[in-house]
Amino acid sequence: MKWIRDFYRSSLGKKAVMAVTGVLLFGFVLLHMLGNLKLFLGPEKLNGYAEGLRAFGEPILSHGDLLWILRIGLLVAVGLHVVSAWQLRRLNARARPVSYIRHKPQAATYASRSMFWGGVLIVVFVVYHLLHMTVGNVHAEFVAGDVHHNMVTAFANPFVSGFYILAVLALGFHLYHGLWSFFQSLGWTGPRLSGFRRKFAVAFAVLVSAGFMAVPVAVLINLVR
Amino acid sequence: MQLNAKIPKGPIANKWDRHRFELKLVNPANKRSFDIIVVGTGLAGGSAAASLAELGYDVKAFCFQDSPRRAHSIAAQGGINAAKNYQNDGDSVFRLFYDTVKGGDYRSREANVHRLAELSLNIIDQCAAQGVPFAREYGGTLDNRSFGGAQVSRTFYARGQTGQQLLLGAYQALARQIAAGKVTMYPRCEMLDLVLVDGRARGIITRDLVTGGIERHAADAVVLATGGYSNVFFLSTNAKGSNATAIWRAHRRGALFANPCFTQIHPTCIPVSGEHQSKLTLMSESLRNDGRIWVPVTADDARPPGEIPEEERDYFLERKYPAFGNLVPRDVASRNAKDVCDEGRGVGPGGLGVYLDFADAIQRVGRDTIEARYGNLFEMYEKITGEDPYNAPMRIYPALHYTMGGLWVDYNLMTNIEGLYAIGEANFSDHGANRLGASALMQGLADGYFILPYTIGDYLARHMGDRVDTSHPAFEAVESEVQARVDSLLAVGGSRTVDSFHRELGALLWNRCGMAREESGLKEALEQIPRLRAEFWRDVTVLGSGDSINQALEKAGRVADFLELAELMCRDALGRAESCGGHFRIENQTAEGEALRDDENFSHVSAWEHRGDGEEAVEHREPLEFEYVKLTQRSYK
Amino acid sequence: MDLVLHVWRQPGPDAEGRMVRYDAPGIDPDMSFLEMLDVVNERLQTDGEEPIVFDHDCREGICGTCGMMINGVAHGPQGGTTVCQLHMRHFSDGDEVRIEPWRSAAFPVLKDLMVDRSAFDRIIQAGGYISVNTGSAPDANEVLVPKASAELAFEAAACIGCGACVAQCPNGAAHLFTAAKVSHLGLLPQGQPERRIRVERMVAQMEAEAFGSCTNHQECEIVCPKEISIDYIARMNRDFLGTKLRGQIQAKAG
Ligand SMILES: Cc1cc2nc3c(=O)[nH]c(=O)nc-3n(C[C@H](O)[C@H](O)[C@H](O)COP(=O)(O)OP(=O)(O)OC[C@H]3O[C@@H](n4cnc5c(N)ncnc54)[C@H](O)[C@@H]3O)c2cc1C
Ligand code: HEM
Ligand code: HEM
Ligand code: SF4
Ligand code: F3S
Ligand code: FES
Repeated sequence: MKWIRDFYRSSLGKKAVMAVTGVLLFGFVLLHMLGNLKLFLGPEKLNGYAEGLRAFGEPILSHGDLLWILRIGLLVAVGLHVVSAWQLRRLNARARPVSYIRHKPQAATYASRSMFWGGVLIVVFVVYHLLHMTVGNVHAEFVAGDVHHNMVTAFANPFVSGFYILAVLALGFHLYHGLWSFFQSLGWTGPRLSGFRRKFAVAFAVLVSAGFMAVPVAVLINLVR
Repeated sequence: MQLNAKIPKGPIANKWDRHRFELKLVNPANKRSFDIIVVGTGLAGGSAAASLAELGYDVKAFCFQDSPRRAHSIAAQGGINAAKNYQNDGDSVFRLFYDTVKGGDYRSREANVHRLAELSLNIIDQCAAQGVPFAREYGGTLDNRSFGGAQVSRTFYARGQTGQQLLLGAYQALARQIAAGKVTMYPRCEMLDLVLVDGRARGIITRDLVTGGIERHAADAVVLATGGYSNVFFLSTNAKGSNATAIWRAHRRGALFANPCFTQIHPTCIPVSGEHQSKLTLMSESLRNDGRIWVPVTADDARPPGEIPEEERDYFLERKYPAFGNLVPRDVASRNAKDVCDEGRGVGPGGLGVYLDFADAIQRVGRDTIEARYGNLFEMYEKITGEDPYNAPMRIYPALHYTMGGLWVDYNLMTNIEGLYAIGEANFSDHGANRLGASALMQGLADGYFILPYTIGDYLARHMGDRVDTSHPAFEAVESEVQARVDSLLAVGGSRTVDSFHRELGALLWNRCGMAREESGLKEALEQIPRLRAEFWRDVTVLGSGDSINQALEKAGRVADFLELAELMCRDALGRAESCGGHFRIENQTAEGEALRDDENFSHVSAWEHRGDGEEAVEHREPLEFEYVKLTQRSYK
Repeated sequence: MDLVLHVWRQPGPDAEGRMVRYDAPGIDPDMSFLEMLDVVNERLQTDGEEPIVFDHDCREGICGTCGMMINGVAHGPQGGTTVCQLHMRHFSDGDEVRIEPWRSAAFPVLKDLMVDRSAFDRIIQAGGYISVNTGSAPDANEVLVPKASAELAFEAAACIGCGACVAQCPNGAAHLFTAAKVSHLGLLPQGQPERRIRVERMVAQMEAEAFGSCTNHQECEIVCPKEISIDYIARMNRDFLGTKLRGQIQAKAG
């Protein structure tokens, strides 16, 4: 275990942890986004899918077990991702105790500079979102198991939709930098990769954002009801 | 004083081998008990400090820059020679030896030069093993290029940054020894004087450039690797900090200064752009491999170069020296450039420039090849001048570049002061009156990696056990002199800046003791320099205090020394009534305007002894004998 | 042209500093930036004020001694250029120019614009070399180096150790510098025996020096006067991670 501590103590190690957990989280949001799109296929499909998730792995696992395993995995990933983000941020702040009177970034993008606060926004959103869509106690018309109903009733409120849209935009920015950056952090470069990395990041950042956004937007414009 | 160069007996090819056998050795356990001071961490000092530490000596190394990696050697561009004959074009140790003696216009020691040529082989091996990224062929072997003054391709290079890469190799070796605790590094620390005890070099006095602290350092031997003194001219291609203080202070303590007037002018520098000019930038001589040098046939031709037709261009080097063409040695190329400018055919602002044209080469081998060869030089030229050399020819002009003169040393690289060594450009070196391109790096590394580490052992072995420490009264005495000098510079409180004196001295020296020298001019300079020196001590202004960073104070000390050295240079130039290599006396030239040597009377090294302020230096002569190289009038026709 | 300078003046390492305004009239476009400062300094001294302290030596962009922030950009507005090679033709009449020292916990200010970069030396001392004693080398052509590796190694080796990468990086990270040296040696056959231990030690030293971490802002490569690519940072990451993981596997196996 000492080597893990050693490894993690290094900022390069922390970055590797962020990259791996970041990619796992990306995998989750990608699937989640695709799942959400079943909204457009009607209540049966979507609710069936939600139920299917819970039933998956039966009879070896009991009902909902796999989901819990996934949840724990996700929780650990988020934990590691956030803790290392926090530690690196502290390290970086200490590296420049006196700041410049003027500093003009030449290449850093809005996305690369907003990774931390964008991430914080995402966490805040997720907490709200869990209470909202999973637990249901901040959702006025929550019906356990009827995902379709929960979504449609929630997004009819433009403030709720607005917040969701804001959050998935932030996620898009986060992925725009993150999906390019993790190649770098894990040391995957090369002449063939370098063009690909940027395209990959843009494509998936847009895909994830747009895919998530489609749901509240569709409800707002009454495409789905 | 009898000068004994201690050249070993025997046939030239065996001298070094035999000498190494005869040198006394220090046994490994005893090496630990010796301290060696190495001042300077350029190629010479860096390689010496690392190698001595590897052998087991305790080394203290000093440099005035903030890191040893920044020594002036880093700026060398073109390459480093070695007689590897990898190109199978007929090179050999003997040919490199022969070329170097001839290139130096027969004013160097045969034995030293032969040793240098032998060691050139080991240098390349050592550097390649350290990871110096030399240019390679597709097969993975080392690539070579040709360089001025040679008809074989024996120059190893790392794009246009050979000096940097070689220095990083030495610096890394040094870093390894620092980590191992064998070298204590003192960066931002300037040697201001030498301490002798019973006639032997036993330490130095330094100033910590950050705290201003004047400190004593004792050792069993002192090695000066402090580089050349081209900056005496103010405008030169040397780094701004390069200075003569260490060797000059040693000279004042009794070390002989040899051939101070042997300075080299480099033909391919970017011309001066105005009053504000603070230094000159060299572009590697390798440019002459592909570039053609020309000026308009008629004087005062103001047309842009592109509008001057072929038949109205004078490719003067190709015309006058058909065999070597644009690749004649530096002194010949420089002087010819000066001549055409004196005829009013110079180009660019002030008429002080000639064209270096790549149009033909670009047509012949393509822009890409030219870019691969010289890309970074072209870029540098464009940055400085704002002109694009792919489209218009470069403008170049000669500039002060290298000093062959330096502290006199014997075959062991020891000065006439016991225990004081001088290596690299700081010694009077193996280049005679003119250094061939790509051989300074070779010499610095030969001295540092392969010569000094052996020869210093011989001296130390003879002085086992007699230690001196910094509480010795000699240290106290020198320290207080140094302190007094710093205080007096701060106390002048005059009205002129240090730079203004330096510029004035530089202009004076360039005109009187530069590319062409003449008795009347030198005599005039010998009157003007003491006057300028007196004015300096009366009217210089150095603000601030001595107990923190004070760059004006640092410069003032260096310029004060230059003001003394300049006088010695003129005296030496006046005494040497012949032309040889970089020393061109207008009175001594052939009918065609070539340098005319006088082997009868001047086949010697002039080594000058300091006799105290206000007294004239005294010349001692070391005769030069040539057994293996036939003295001829150099001809590059 | 006439310029207005705002220059950071700080008398010593522990002293308070502040921006001071100076007029710089009559600047020639052919001057280098440092020559412009020389001119200002000459005037300051004649007026009895101490000159602005700044580090410099070769003035041809190779020694890495010079460096300052000019209007918020390390080495100023021209990419791929050290300040000593930056020429005043890139400024225009009436410009206000703000000049600050490198800011990094690992590079304490010594005076005015001069900082202490010895942290870089310590990173090299930690392992940035190939252990080969003088005299023990084989013939240079005995070890063949593919041209492509030689070129790639050269591009990394071109680093002049100026510190602009650290100065410009929003995180104050020294990754580009460290990666350049790790890669230079790691790409050559001669550097293989120590490749793993080198990257471990150099990274450890880099972290001990209070530099920040890299979050891939790419600022460093833009201001690097030698245009060293951040691909080398990825290469260092790979070497480092590979070393750590492999070390674990070997420990298990052994
Ligand atoms: C622009 C340029 C290009 C060149 N190109 C080539 C080339 O292509 N091939 C070639 O062979 N040669 C070339 N040369 C010549 C060659 O670079 C030098 O002659 C050689 O590098 C000198 O090395 P050195 O070790 O003797 O001294 P330097 O590298 O000058 O080192 C001097 C050292 O002494 C220290 N020092 C000086 N004074 C003091 C003091 N008082 N106290 C403490 N430390 C002090 C400095 O800090 C420095 O570390 C070139 C020179 C120039 C200027
Ligand atoms: C769904 C949630 C998230 C996903 C998909 C995600 C994804 C990623 C990815 C792929 C990276 C790139 C890693 C690398 O460069 O090696 C990254 C980096 C980062 N993430 Fe997240 N992340 C998420 C949530 C968060 C949260 C909640 C924070 C909270 C603070 C956060 C903060 C950061 C920071 C600071 C970086 C650093 C950027 C960098 O090092 O390049 N992320 N993330
Ligand atoms: C418009 C966008 C979104 C919609 C409509 C949406 C919808 C839902 C719904 C309906 C659930 C409950 C599913 C169930 O209980 O079966 C859910 C769960 C969840 N969502 Fe979202 N979501 C959106 C965006 C996001 C984003 C951007 C994230 C993360 C960054 C996220 C993270 C989660 C998590 C972690 C769960 C809990 C999964 C679980 O463990 O049950 N969601 N989402
Ligand atoms: S990587 Fe570039 S910016 Fe950083 S120290 Fe090296 S040369 Fe300077
Ligand atoms: S700017 Fe800094 S964040 Fe990384 S890519 Fe360069 S070190
Ligand atoms: S002074 Fe040497 S790089 Fe600028």
